[in-house]
Order: sequence, then C-alpha cells, then structure tokens
Amino acid sequence: MVLERAEDEEKWLAEGIAAIQQNAFYMHRALDANNLREALKYSALMLSELRTSNLSPHKYYDLYMRAFGELRGLEMFFKDESRHGVSIVDLYELVQHAGNILPRLYLLCTVGSVYIKSKEAPAKDILKDLVEMCRGVQHPIRGLFLRSYLSQVSRDKLPDIGSEYEGDGDTVMDAVEFVLQNFTEMNKLWVRLQHQGPGRIREKREKERSELRDLVGKNLHVLSQIEGVDLEMYKETVLPGVLEQVVNCKDDLAQYYLMECLIQVFPDEYHLQTLEALLGSCSQLQPTVDVKMLLSQLMERLSNYAASSPDVLPEFLQVEAFAKLSSAIWKVVDAHAEMPVVGAISLYVSLLTFTLRVHPDRLDYVDQVLGACVNKLSGKPKLEDRRARKQIVALLSAPIEKYNDVVRALTLPNYPRVMEYLDSSTNKQMAMVIIQSIMKNNTCIKEADKVEVLFELIEGLVKDVDGIAVDELDEEDFNEEQNYVARLIHMPYNDDSEEMLKIMCAVQKHIMGGGPKRLPFTVPPLVFSALRLVRRLQSQDGEVVGEELPATPRKLFRLLSQIIEALSSVPSPELALRLYLQCAEAAGDCDLEPVAYEFFTQAFVLYEEEVADSKAQVTAIHLIIGSLQRMTVFGVENRDTLTHKATGYAAKLLKKPDQCRAVYACSHLFWVDDQKGIKDGERVLLCLKRALRIANAAQQMASVTRGSAGPVTLFVEILNKYLYLFEKGNPQITSSAIQSLVELIQNEMQSDSTTQDPASDTFFASTVRYIQYQKEKGGVMGEKYEPKKV
Amino acid sequence: MRCIKGKRKRLILEGRSREKEKKDHLWRVANLWGGTRKMVLVLALGDLHVPHRAPDLPAKFKSMLVPGKIQHIICTGNLCIKEVHDYLKTLCPDLHIARGEYDEETRYPETKTLTIGQFKLGLCHGHQVIPWGDLDSLAMLQRQLDVDILVTGHTHQFTAYKHEGGVVINPGSATGAYSSITYDVNPSFVLMDIDGLRVVVYVYELIDGEVKVDKIDFKKTTTTTAH
Repeated sequence: MVLERAEDEEKWLAEGIAAIQQNAFYMHRALDANNLREALKYSALMLSELRTSNLSPHKYYDLYMRAFGELRGLEMFFKDESRHGVSIVDLYELVQHAGNILPRLYLLCTVGSVYIKSKEAPAKDILKDLVEMCRGVQHPIRGLFLRSYLSQVSRDKLPDIGSEYEGDGDTVMDAVEFVLQNFTEMNKLWVRLQHQGPGRIREKREKERSELRDLVGKNLHVLSQIEGVDLEMYKETVLPGVLEQVVNCKDDLAQYYLMECLIQVFPDEYHLQTLEALLGSCSQLQPTVDVKMLLSQLMERLSNYAASSPDVLPEFLQVEAFAKLSSAIWKVVDAHAEMPVVGAISLYVSLLTFTLRVHPDRLDYVDQVLGACVNKLSGKPKLEDRRARKQIVALLSAPIEKYNDVVRALTLPNYPRVMEYLDSSTNKQMAMVIIQSIMKNNTCIKEADKVEVLFELIEGLVKDVDGIAVDELDEEDFNEEQNYVARLIHMPYNDDSEEMLKIMCAVQKHIMGGGPKRLPFTVPPLVFSALRLVRRLQSQDGEVVGEELPATPRKLFRLLSQIIEALSSVPSPELALRLYLQCAEAAGDCDLEPVAYEFFTQAFVLYEEEVADSKAQVTAIHLIIGSLQRMTVFGVENRDTLTHKATGYAAKLLKKPDQCRAVYACSHLFWVDDQKGIKDGERVLLCLKRALRIANAAQQMASVTRGSAGPVTLFVEILNKYLYLFEKGNPQITSSAIQSLVELIQNEMQSDSTTQDPASDTFFASTVRYIQYQKEKGGVMGEKYEPKKV
Repeated sequence: MRCIKGKRKRLILEGRSREKEKKDHLWRVANLWGGTRKMVLVLALGDLHVPHRAPDLPAKFKSMLVPGKIQHIICTGNLCIKEVHDYLKTLCPDLHIARGEYDEETRYPETKTLTIGQFKLGLCHGHQVIPWGDLDSLAMLQRQLDVDILVTGHTHQFTAYKHEGGVVINPGSATGAYSSITYDVNPSFVLMDIDGLRVVVYVYELIDGEVKVDKIDFKKTTTTTAH
C-alpha cells in the first residue's frame, strides 16, 4: 500500500511538473507578447497545480520550486508598467479575479511585492493586507508554502531601520508585527498537520512535519535579522509573541523545535536579559518535550558567551543567572521525577560547566550543584548505568580540571558525598583522576585535615572496599594503581614539622589498613618521608634534641618502627631489612645509640630468620656491613657485638667466593678512615687472612670437583684489599706480606692446574701496573712501595 | 687520585648567555666541535627511587631529555619500577642497567661492561663496594672490570674523579632522592660526549629550581689501551 502510494506520488509529481512547464511556456509566450490577460490566465493555470492534496511535503516542495522560478519572470513583467499598461493599484485589483483562491493569493503576493517596491502605498498596509488574505488557505501544506512564499518575497521589503521602506509611519514595529503574524499562522497550520488526514500513521506524519519545520523556523530567523529589533523590542514584543504561540500550541514537536530555534537564532545577550521569561516558558511546555536538552543547549551557549570575553561576566551577575538557571533546573528535575538518573546528571554537568565558566570563584555555587546531585542520588542504590557513571565522572572531573588544584575540590563538602554513590570501579577511576591531577600540577597539600579528606576520597585504592578482594584485580592494573598511591604519598608537605608529623600520622592511619598486597607499595614512601622529616628536625635544633618539642626524632623513630613492623604481615623481609638499616643510620646521625642498636637488631633478626635465598643473603650482608661500617654512634661494646655478628654471618654464606668477599668486606669494619674512626689493625689482618684461607679452600674444592683449580680472581681481590689497607697505614700489613701474596698469585697463574681466565689476568696485570705507578709517584707513597718487586 | 670537583670551570657556550633554554644545550654541544661529526652522547643517571623516595623526575629534567638525541643510556640502578624502565627506553633503545638493592626487577646484572667508541665503560650500582663511595675501593673495581670509565651510584652525590687508570663518575640521583649517606641531595645526571680519545662529561644539577651545567674534560692516554 505504501509502495503504491510512493509510486503514485512520483507519477503525480511528474504530471504536475509537466503541467507547470506547459503552462509556463504559454505564459512566457504571453509575456513576450505583452499580453497581460493571457499571462494572467496561464499563470493561474500553472499555479493551480499547487492545489494538489496528493503530494508529501518533500514532493510538494519540488513542485513549488518550479512554480517559484516561473513567478520570477512574471514579477519582472509586472514591474514594468510600460509593458502591460496597467497601474500597479489596478493590477493589485485585477489579479484578485482569479478563479481559485490559491493561485489568486500567489499572484496577489507577487503583485504585492512589486507594489511595495513602487512605494505607491505604505509597505505596512500592503503587508498587513497580504498576511490577512493568506488566511484564506487553511490546508496545512498548501498554506505553509504559500506563507513561505509571502515571507520570501517580502524579505527585503520590510520597513526596517535604514531600509528604504521606512518612514512615514512605517516602522520596525510594523515589520515585526507582520513577521510575527505570519509566524503564528504558519505554526498553527504546522500543528494542524499533526491531527489531519485519516489513514496516515503517526511516524509518517511526524516525518512530514519535520520536513516542513524549517519553513516555520525561517520566520524566527527573519526576526533575528531585522536590524531594528534591539533588546527592548525583543523583550517587549518579539519574545512574548513567540513564546505565547509556542506555549499555546501545545504541540511537543513544535515546542521543542521552536524553542531550540529561538535559543540558537537570537544573540546570547538577549537570552541573558530575558532568562526569566525563557525559563518560565520552559516549565510550561508539554511534559513530553525534552526540556533538559533545551536547558543544556541554553547553558552551553551562555557558557561559551561567558568564555568569549571577561567583560560580559558582570552581566551574568547582574541578572543573577546562576540563581535563575539553577532553580529552573531543580524544578525540571523535580517535575520529571521518573526521568532516568543520567538525564538529571547531564543537566547538572551542563550547569556545572556554566558555573565554572561564569563564576569560577564561587565555590558555594559549585557545591550547590554537587549537593543537588547528592539529593537526586540519595536513597538509591549505587549506580549501575554506565552512561550515568560517565556523567558523574565528568561532573567530578570538571572542577579539578578547571581549578588545576585538587585542594579546592577537597574543600567542597558535597564532593566526597557524590563519590560515595559511585560503584567501586568508577570510584577508583575517579580516585586515579584526582591523583593524576595532583601529580601533573605538582599540587602541594599542606594541611593534615586536607590529607584526611584526600585519602578518604581515594579510599577505594587504599583499602579493600565493598568486599571485593584484591585478588580479583588484574595484576598490572593493581600495580599501576598502587604505584600512583605511592607517589602521591610524597606530595603532602609542610615546612612546619608539627603539621608534617600530623600529615604523616594521617597517611599512616589510612595505609595501614591496606592489607598485605598494598603495604609493600605504600610503606616505603611513608618511611622515607619520615626520614626526611627526621633530617629536617636534626638540622633545625642543632645539637639539642629537646624532649619538650612534640615532634622529635625519637617520636618519629617510634612511628617508623611501627610502620616497618607492618611489613611482617606481608611478609616482606628483604624490604623491611633495608628499611631498618636506613632507620639505623638515621638514628646514628641523631646520636640515638639505643635506637640505632634496636634497629640493627631488627635487621639481624630478619636476616637470621627470614632471608633464606642465598643471593638475597649476599646483598643483605653487604648492606649490613656497608651501613655498620659508616656508623660512628656505637660504643665499643655494642659495636663489637654487631661486628662480630656481621662477620659471623659473612663467613656462613653458602658459596665460598661469596664468603670470601663478604669476609674481606668485613675488614673495613675495623678500619674507618676518620680521625675518630676505629683503627684496629690486627682484626683487619685477621679478616684478610681468613678471606685468604677461604679463597684457598675454594681453589682446592674446585680442583677436587672440577679437576682444575678455579681462577685466581679472589686472590687478586684480596691483594687489592691488602694494598688499600697498606696505603692507609695499617702497621700489621707489611710489605713482605704483600710480596708473598703477589708471588702466590704469580705461581697460581703459571701453574698448569689453574684455569686460564683472561679477566683475572687483566685484573692482576692492572694491579701490578698500579703498584708500579704508585712506586713511580715518589713522595710518601713511593717510599712505601719501594720495597715491592713485581 | 685527583678530584676535579673543586676546580670545575664554568661552561662557556660561545659567548651565549647561560639564561637560554637548557634543552637546546644538547645541540649546542655539537656546535662546539663544528657540528659535522656524528655525536655520541651517553646519558648516565640513576638512583631515581621512584616511587619509594620520589614521585618523578623533576619537570625541568624531563623537558630536557628528549627521545632521539641520546645514543646510549647507562643507569646505575634503583629505578625502581618498570614505569621508569619504560620511560628510559623511550629516550633511547640502547639501555644498560645495573641492579640496585631496591630495584623491582631482580634480573639486572650486578656489573656490566660495554665499549663505546674508544672507551670501555663499566657500570655497577655501588652498594656492593665497601666502604660506600670510597674512591680507592672503586678504583679496585675499575681495575677488576678493566675499564676506562667506571660509573657507579648509591651515594646520590655527583662526583667525577680522575686517576691513573681512568675516570670514576657518580651521576648522583636524578630525582634528588633521600640518602643516608648524603645530606641535601640535588637532582643531577651526567651526559658524556665521546669523541675519539676524548670524553667531555657534562653534569646537570638542579639547584634551587635552576638547572646548572658544568663540564669536565678527560683525555685517554694510550697506555691504557694496551689490552
């Protein structure tokens, strides 16, 4: 049925066009012959084709355009009185004799156009007459096109300011009234189309209507182009006229389209000044009209206007734009309670964007918008809708992006409340946005209470929430998250030590609940933050470490102990060991011997009980020796205990080469090159000799197990150590000892049973070269080396 | 063993004011030698300790370190996380790293040697060499690895020492991370320009928010090329 109809329409259109062309041909012949009568006859015939009811708007438009083209020629003819000899006044009368109303009116409009141009009568009179006469055609499609034609031909003849048709009682007001009336009538026709015609299905009707909408909207465009329409006139005449029609027509299609047109076509200053009227009408529209889209568009336009130049901002304040818009929006949201959440939130997002552009310093406004969002969401379960979530992320990200300062967002009381309504993954997403903003802008967070709020906001990252176990998360994502949190911990900072201590306690409180998977990430940054504070305190009070100050190194070390202790739950012994050593060194620098000793003890306990992997043990023991070697805080007894323990562990490492290296490293524990440093030559030598014994044993083991002795690297290393301590002036290390060691190595190298190793060869060679070089240096060093023969 | 640190000469760039953007410095380095030879720039840095002790490289450093200008990177270790490794890789694909005691990746080597041009370079984090930061002990490592230039870290203090065997360089900490060994650490890194038998070491330090550059010249004596 539909297809038939479509085919029929094609046929009818073709027939119509053919008829128009034919009549036009005769009309032109008549025009050429200056035969007015014939011309009128054929033009009327031609225009009769437009009387059809059979075409859809789209096809009717084709037909109309053909006729329109032909009428231009006719108009030229009318204009030239010499050709037809009839005065324009008479012509105006003459064309009204046409048989049917539609052709009659088209001709009348054509003549009217010429009439106005001739200025023989005031433009306003003619226009008024025409717009009234067009009432005669009440068929929607035909009427719309007719009035559209009227609009087109009158366009350049309106008595606008500065136009040639102005004056003598013809004013802009008349032009406005004319256009308004045409608009009103056209809208009525347009709406009528909705209810007309049996057997047409609703979608088709709506489609047809939307094809026609531009015809109606054009009038608004014309209104906006009239120069004489200033703000006053707009406010008093134009807007009320348009709005009255829009509201009264009670048609949702028309209302939406026309409001949209209105918003787009007229300048933003006007909208600003007429906000109340606009918003008032919005609330009177049909319930099915998508008001929030209109409000969003309006706010977007106003936001852009605000952004265009700072001079316009006072206007916004003057008209209390925010108050009006926000109350309109609250009303809309309340009125449409069944509207899905995403709709309300996108409105809030538009309002927030507007607020941030226009009133960036009014944090209370921003908070109001967030508060409205909280109200909307309260009582509902956490958001499931993906689009709604996206909108909320946009809502929360907007203030952060605008201010580039998360601290401001933290001061908004409603901000964390909105975040509560997010499901955990969106919450985490938002938390990451916050952290990334802080990192990017190097935001300095100075107060402990802000730190509290911050950590509450990012709670989803810092601990398990909602019963979602950490194991369910993707490992890479998890690591990335936690690394961000770790980096974040460095950002809060305050020059005042008291405040800094409070900040650290706040951070500690939050991260301690993170669970074994998170602690290895979050504990180290906190520890080093604390150590930095210790150092600051050290330099602040100089030698005096007063107990009366609340923030003292001692207090911090107690805190540190607690924090590192938490790692035992992970367990993370290697990391904890390193952190204990760091604390021990720091305590040593503060002259707190018992504290330092305690930290060392903890480190040793971990080494003994937890570090089982042999490679890890090697690194750990070197760290212990390295730390201990540097520390000067210990008294003789304590130092003895610790060095004894360290040397013992060194000798018990699994692999012989590792043992050897660790033991000769221990030799440095007994020789510190400071003025106050320990210089126990004997024990140094003991260590070195022990290292030699181990190296020997290693060689022997190698020859037993592999058939040839291993490389002599270890011996060369020990030789270098001998040289080092010899140079430092250790009396126990004699030239002869070194001499014999050199010979030992030479023998080993030449022996058949030793594996040739180019690396140890070069090492030995460069050592020998070094000895040579030292000899040649002369002076004290040269004398020392003199006895050596290599 | 002679420490050059006390006698550094201020860098003079063909009379241009030192207030100019430091990131152009890399190109001006080429101009100093007529700009026609192929540049071999080696970036030496380490001890970033991200995220344990520092959130990120200083912004001023980041803006200077642009991909495509550097031919090799040697890193003393303690990055500590993969993100830093990936970032360095984008600066230059030829990346060499030695293991630091806090590095997440346990498979980096304890020491590494490589040859660039006429120079043999050695790389080690330095926590293995006791006493930490001690020159003579580091010299022993240099003899053991048989290299002209030894690059180590761990102390977070920039140093450059010249001695008979060669050069020992510590690029410091690129992020200015806390160190139990050094107080008041300034972020620093080193750029070496290797040209034949000569290497110019540029050190970039961030002091009070400004990037300061110094340079040290080393020329290799032929006796050490005996191997």
